[in-house]
Amino acid sequence: MITETETVNAEEKSAVVFASDYLNKLSGEQIEGECRRRLAEGCTKLVVNFSRTEIVNSIGVSILLGVIDSARGTGAKVVFSDVKQETVELFEMLGLTKHVTIA
Amino acid sequence: MKIQDFKSTNFRQMTEAKSKLIHTFGALAELGQEVASRNDFHETMRTSLHLLLGSLAIMRGGVARYSRFEHSMQLVAARALGDEFPLAMSLVQEDERQFLANGLVPIEVSQASVLPFVQVYDRSLSRTWIELVVPLVIRDEMVGMLLLGEKASGEPYSSYDRDIIASMGRHIGVAIAQRNLLADLERKADENRKLYDNLKTTYKDTVRAFAAAIDCKDRYTEGHSVRVGKYSEIIGQELGWGDNEVEGAAVAGYLHDVGKLTVERKIINAPYRINAKESAELNRHPAIGYEILLPIHHPFADVPLAAKYHHERLDGRGYPDGLYDRNIPYIAKVVNLADSFDAMTTDRPYKRRRPAGEVFDDLQRNSGKQFAPEIVNAFCRGMLKELTGETKDKRFRRLLGREYMETEGLVPMLRRALNGMSPTSPLTFINSD
Repeated sequence: MITETETVNAEEKSAVVFASDYLNKLSGEQIEGECRRRLAEGCTKLVVNFSRTEIVNSIGVSILLGVIDSARGTGAKVVFSDVKQETVELFEMLGLTKHVTIA
Repeated sequence: MKIQDFKSTNFRQMTEAKSKLIHTFGALAELGQEVASRNDFHETMRTSLHLLLGSLAIMRGGVARYSRFEHSMQLVAARALGDEFPLAMSLVQEDERQFLANGLVPIEVSQASVLPFVQVYDRSLSRTWIELVVPLVIRDEMVGMLLLGEKASGEPYSSYDRDIIASMGRHIGVAIAQRNLLADLERKADENRKLYDNLKTTYKDTVRAFAAAIDCKDRYTEGHSVRVGKYSEIIGQELGWGDNEVEGAAVAGYLHDVGKLTVERKIINAPYRINAKESAELNRHPAIGYEILLPIHHPFADVPLAAKYHHERLDGRGYPDGLYDRNIPYIAKVVNLADSFDAMTTDRPYKRRRPAGEVFDDLQRNSGKQFAPEIVNAFCRGMLKELTGETKDKRFRRLLGREYMETEGLVPMLRRALNGMSPTSPLTFINSD
């Protein structure tokens, strides 16, 4: 399975979504769908875990922007966790870090 | 600023610029591959939009395809534009002129309030924070446009960003232009197909009209040409021919007696056995038919030959040329059997239709002499299939009538005929030279 979700705290309604090793269109759209589903369920904190992710390309960035936009629409917080330094630099350079917390 | 700090800042900026370049060129390379792929057009557009938005971290956007017939831009891919964003946006001449003049240069929406397009769609554009509209112009032709929202960084678009957008826009524009070209080709192919179908229908109608005209001349054999056409069609099918060949066989059957149009009606309708002179006159009809049909450009090459040789026999005793088996065109052999069978099974001025038993005895006896055995075989097989219910078609029943098809012992008769016939002609070795 490319994406997994787990409820961290039922009261806070947090969810962790694990990104796959290569964030391309197919796996990315799965993550986006999963995030949207969680947000629709009332999740207030969305954690995207990048511990397995080696590469994020432009399609991956576009997908993550979609996640950010969806979360903004529901007022949920987005956290990117376990991100590789290289990817953090990419997110910083592109301005994604203005919308998410890197943990 | 200390020299050390300056160096460090400069190094960081250079590293960032390098990373940006690598990220952007990666997106450009992927876009090139996507556009050149054979993926579904809408899938390509969706991927292209992802790549463009992701390369510069643009929060939202869309790709629209221009319809020159409707003068409108139709959204083919969108990200984060919401459900209310219009799927089709009309353009007026002024928009089109301005878009064409701009080419791939992005238009800043906030600076383009004079454009009717921006005025009309102002609400939708501002609600979705669309900052740039990029006309996609390929080889001086408008093919679509890009709609781009704010950058994730919140910074304004730089000249570097605009160059990247123009470059990626060109790729996307080429993909749309290719799709348009393909759609044009498909439309033209479809028109040609319809035209061809119409011509085919006209041809068939003309052939049927001719068949009716031929049959009108002979009040005793009304419908003869049509029946011969249908029997020939059945034989073609039973021989495993393709649709085109089967259709050709039907046409050959319809027109086989066209030469009779020039034969005097009293000879054709004579209620007695005609004399030698009259017979000679009547026997000219195959050659005349050939002369009539030859100048016509038929879609099926053998139609004139079927008319000319449908009275030839395998044993060389036919007319007009007394050809032997292998010299007789195959289609003429098919029509010959269909013609003879119809003559035997319909009332004539001087004789009543013959009972089925006699007819199939005749076919069996003359197989290899008058008729090609494999054609007789195919014909009998077709009829047997209908009688035994192997096929649901009622082709023979429609042509011969229920009573004839319910002749007692017809099935064993056909089985005997089939068993008694060699599948190949015994006369094929005869040297006719």
